[in-house]
Amino acid sequence: MTTLLAIGTRKGLWLARSEDRRTWTLDGPHLLMQEVAAVTVDVRGERPRLLATGYSEHWGPTVLWSDDVVSMGTAGTWHETDHAPISFPRDTGAALARVWQLQPDTAERPGVVWAGCEPTSLWRSEDGGESFSLVRGLWDHPHRPLWHPGAGGAAVHTVLPSAESSKVLVAMSTGGVYVSDDGATDWRPVNAGITAPFMPDPPPEFGQCVHKVARDAGAPDRLYAQNHPGVFRSDDGGKAWTSISKDLPYEFGFPVLASPTVPDLIWTIPLEADVRRIPPAGRLRMQRSRDAGESWTEVGTGLPDGYWGVVLRDAACVDAGDPTGVYLGTRDGCVYASADEGESFVEVAAHLPDVLVVRAVAL
Amino acid sequence: MSVRVRLPGVLAEHAGGARSLEFDPAPGTVGELLDVLERDHPRLCRRLRDETGALRRHVNVFVDGENVRSAAGLATPLDAAGEVQVLPSVAGG
Repeated sequence: MTTLLAIGTRKGLWLARSEDRRTWTLDGPHLLMQEVAAVTVDVRGERPRLLATGYSEHWGPTVLWSDDVVSMGTAGTWHETDHAPISFPRDTGAALARVWQLQPDTAERPGVVWAGCEPTSLWRSEDGGESFSLVRGLWDHPHRPLWHPGAGGAAVHTVLPSAESSKVLVAMSTGGVYVSDDGATDWRPVNAGITAPFMPDPPPEFGQCVHKVARDAGAPDRLYAQNHPGVFRSDDGGKAWTSISKDLPYEFGFPVLASPTVPDLIWTIPLEADVRRIPPAGRLRMQRSRDAGESWTEVGTGLPDGYWGVVLRDAACVDAGDPTGVYLGTRDGCVYASADEGESFVEVAAHLPDVLVVRAVAL
Repeated sequence: MSVRVRLPGVLAEHAGGARSLEFDPAPGTVGELLDVLERDHPRLCRRLRDETGALRRHVNVFVDGENVRSAAGLATPLDAAGEVQVLPSVAGG
């Protein structure tokens, strides 16, 4: 079985392939000189479809897809619609700045793909990600004028559809976590228990700076949030969150990962603090929990010492292999893969442009 | 009177491979020229302006050598113009 690792960077997309998740071959660049901040491999159809954002400081954002780059490498073909695939309706007065997230829905809704964008907005495609419509329920939410941009911009950066229901969860910095129970029409904030130390107590109903949310493999209502700062868990779909930072040496970071196959197995990539956004003492490592955050263990043999950058919120991912594979990319263009749940890593690539996103699938 | 639009090479793929396009008669203004481009070459046009109609921040349009941002913007007339040049500004890293 081949594992495909898509690596989106500041200046293009690379694809890595492996039969054993230890030895990798690299193909690229694709979409050279386009910023690829979101990429996904949709394996619900007959052929794997690559969906990627392309962004140019000069020429703006777009969404591209390919149904043959996975099989043909750089000889494959990318496509995009003539008219902008994501375009704000005229009455909004808004213009798309960036696409932050591309997320296929579940197998129950083939063809549906979600996009999280800046300015803060959610978009839905019914044609496999070729064109998208604005989700008005979130755009028109009365809270929206009160959502403020984090340092990276105001965007929906996380979209979690649900296989079991029409529930959709989004997260944004800042704004926090919102859930729709009806497929994305009505939205309610679900941040109770998540702290916001940059605002006066008590914590607000919304406005938290949630960096990423992941769903547990064993229970659809068990969620994990890497917050700014703190790591939190909800066991009821977000109605209430409790801190799982107690045993963590450092509680700041951007990604949070949950195994898609092993319940309660999660990872964070800690940074020292909000004001010291570096891996602790410059050692890039992960924290792993096998009990849903009750206890944590440092893992990551093979990850570098002397790395002083961060791992961005989408520059880490897991696969559905056995054991779970873990992947991360750094801002100095290195990509690492683990075939043993994060215990040890091998280098997949080095000296690429800044890694913005990684996504792994089995072909 | 016609007007010739010169494009940077990186945009040619969005204009059917052409580095320059000729319009005869010339549209009345830069904004009207972009409307024609949106109809005929939408992938090119959306790289020049966003969905609000505004020129992208790092796109410069020169009419006979004058940056339209220093003239009348999208209302800059083309009736006496011979050439429109699209150039990317210095940006990026």
